[in-house]
Amino acid sequence: MSSTFEKVADIIAETADIDRATITADSHAIDDLGIDSLAFLDIAFAIDKAFGIKLPLEKWTQEVNEGKAPAENYFVMKNLCARIDELVAAKSA
Amino acid sequence: MKLEYFQMIDKVVSFDRDPARLVAQSTIPLESPIFEGHFPGHPLMPGVLLIETMAQTSGYLLLGLNNFTAMPFLTKVVSANLRKFIGPDTPIDMEATLLHDGSGYAVTKARITQAGKAVCDAEIMFKTLPFPDGLGDKMRDNAARLGMSVEKGA
Repeated sequence: MSSTFEKVADIIAETADIDRATITADSHAIDDLGIDSLAFLDIAFAIDKAFGIKLPLEKWTQEVNEGKAPAENYFVMKNLCARIDELVAAKSA
Repeated sequence: MKLEYFQMIDKVVSFDRDPARLVAQSTIPLESPIFEGHFPGHPLMPGVLLIETMAQTSGYLLLGLNNFTAMPFLTKVVSANLRKFIGPDTPIDMEATLLHDGSGYAVTKARITQAGKAVCDAEIMFKTLPFPDGLGDKMRDNAARLGMSVEKGA
């Protein structure tokens, strides 16, 4: 597992009070882990701080609501971590 | 300050973008039905209303930063410390600063002082959403009434 996954899983477990062992790379944050929109704000805040980035939640939500992207692109753990890696790389480029 | 109408700010003293900071003033009213219950014969400003005052100060900070294009809604009081009792007919000073500007949310730090002494402080999270119909104009009117320079949103 990537260090990003480990870091994000730790954040989710601590912030949303979820058993760390239940969080896998294929976990869907909403459907599998039961994270609601308000709890996700806490998680986004913690991720923003930990990685020094700004998760584009508004853009992602708009894309999902308009059918331009499936929610899985952003809210399945392995995909979320890939998006975070992209944002970190873009920041340091 | 009109407690029954949730008008917690009398005046916006200053608003700055960089660093993001809003300073405001208010005076706890001499009389209010709230003081009849909180507490009988010993009127004190309720802590929840002090938190509301800090939230409103933060809210106007965020409105100013986004040029009144989106409404900040209180979602979480991350932490709050109530340090000093405040009674009726007391002037107070409020300050809010931006701790984090997220996408669709923001986190502020706010505090209230009275004659330079700490009354309370808090870290507060807001979700920012498009204005419900008509609310944007009303919030701009409110801000102008408080003396805040209001730019028309894009």
